[in-house]
Amino acid sequence: MLKNTFYKKKYIPVNPYTEDRKQEGSIPGKKLCPSCSSVIPETELVENFKVCPLCSCHFPLSARERIEMMLDKDSFREFDSGLSSYNVLDFPEYDEKLLEAEQNSGLKEAIITGCGRIGGHKLVLGVMESQFMMGSMGSAVGEKICRAVERAMEAGCPLLMCCTSGGARMQEGMLSLMQMAKTSAVLSRFHKEGLLYISIMLHPTTGGVSASFASLADIIIAEPGALIGFAGPRVIRQTIGQTLPDNFQRAEFLLEHGMVDMIVERSQLNATLEFLLRIHQGGANG
Amino acid sequence: MVKRQLDYEQKHQQLGYKIKELKELSAKVDFDLSAEIESLEAGVLKIKKEKYQNLNAWEKVLLSRHPDRASSRDYIESLSDEWLELHGDRYYGDDRAVTAGIALFNGQPITVLGYQKGEDTQDNIAHNFGMPHPEGYRKILRLLLQAEKFDRPVVTFIDTPGAYPGIGAEERGQAWAISQVLMILSALKVPVVAIVTGEGGSGGALALAVADRTLMFSNAVFSVATPEACSSILWNDLERVEEMASALKITAADLLELGIIDEIIEEPPGGINEDFEASIANIRKSLQRHLEDILSKDREELLVERYSRLRKIGKFTE
Repeated sequence: MLKNTFYKKKYIPVNPYTEDRKQEGSIPGKKLCPSCSSVIPETELVENFKVCPLCSCHFPLSARERIEMMLDKDSFREFDSGLSSYNVLDFPEYDEKLLEAEQNSGLKEAIITGCGRIGGHKLVLGVMESQFMMGSMGSAVGEKICRAVERAMEAGCPLLMCCTSGGARMQEGMLSLMQMAKTSAVLSRFHKEGLLYISIMLHPTTGGVSASFASLADIIIAEPGALIGFAGPRVIRQTIGQTLPDNFQRAEFLLEHGMVDMIVERSQLNATLEFLLRIHQGGANG
Repeated sequence: MVKRQLDYEQKHQQLGYKIKELKELSAKVDFDLSAEIESLEAGVLKIKKEKYQNLNAWEKVLLSRHPDRASSRDYIESLSDEWLELHGDRYYGDDRAVTAGIALFNGQPITVLGYQKGEDTQDNIAHNFGMPHPEGYRKILRLLLQAEKFDRPVVTFIDTPGAYPGIGAEERGQAWAISQVLMILSALKVPVVAIVTGEGGSGGALALAVADRTLMFSNAVFSVATPEACSSILWNDLERVEEMASALKITAADLLELGIIDEIIEEPPGGINEDFEASIANIRKSLQRHLEDILSKDREELLVERYSRLRKIGKFTE
């Protein structure tokens, strides 16, 4: 901090991406960074793992994009793609919400599970989709996770969960809440097998997901800037009636408080995962 | 306008006072009114019974939060032959939103754990309205492992609006603390009985509800999040909280049907707050029966059963 006082930069950094800012949206092939408002050519954004080249803001990725980015080419095999929730409690407007979520995301549920390889190492993985009802966990999400964990146990290979969720899906009432206990129970068995579980917490990971399977990993990785916590910031602000500290519940805050092992930028993620898989020998013979 | 308290309760109370006055009068003037009094009492009881048998979900929420409803400590004290409270998580502090200790229940050593609300406002502040911080969950975790070491069954009492949403709670890892309790309880090598005594709200309550048997008082509620929170988040409308309470399926009868609890413990007409002794007698009988049953089982078998209980929860299509 002192250093900055004495060596204050006197120049303003030039943002090469400010042109056309006003017309954003109307320009095909360009995207507006939600953080620094730069207008970035889409091809450049994709090449850069959908991370803003100027401010390093990590754009949200769909579950499919993430799988494609992480796994070795053509190695992915999906599990239980047809498994989905239904309106079990006859909850008002839930049928419409499910339909809308399916149309938005092109998925039948808020998670894709399957197996594949990273750097040649075999693993089972689950990737949550925030476009599907904010990645909320209902019966189907819980079941898909449990089955994925069981398959990893059968195959004796490591497990990777990419988590992003607002928490338990309220429309399924207590059946949703119990998925926290169900996924935790399955992971208890998984850990007893001596297998590796890596969790990646994405923006946002809160509520019933952060307080169950997302937190029960051997290694927890957070994506830069991700909001991670149990209670949402709005609820906390209402409860305590104070403004919250800057970066509160952000990945950097959690690292500082000892809640995650590391923050890894997308460009470094595959190398990090490859190393973790290699050192644990989990997938080496898979 | 949403009801915030039970309006009929006052009426019942007034009738009760009148009967009491009549009794006093009858004694004073030495005039036998016992037959009339008896029939009045029977009448009031009938009205009460009818009312309390037909409470809707929101009315049950209100009753489950009744300020005179017994707290975990009351149950522990009344059920135990003797008991000793234990404190602290050994990391940070002692969370008074959780009461924990060791007790003798009909001569059987048990570990007792419960979310703790206060008796009045001041007491409630001391107990943080029954909303634990991570320290509370870590105290629970410590005593669960201790119970396992000494092969003591665990009995839990659930009555909390949820885990505390605050800065310190997040800094010290609320989510991590809860997830650890869920995982450890799912495979804890001693019998576990959970009793939902009041309100159970969200993951903060669930941490003590992973059990071999889950019992629930007839007016208790157990919800994915408080109906207020759900109503505000999903419908952006707090006025629809009554409708939300019923849509969420949070009553004991709903949860028995969904297979989430195993047995309903009947409350006396008017609720636990009106007849604590009768409530304790019911809970004692039920707890005794379930504990005997699970204690007679082989421990390995019990763990397999607990696992499959959890594993099969959920309804989906494929």
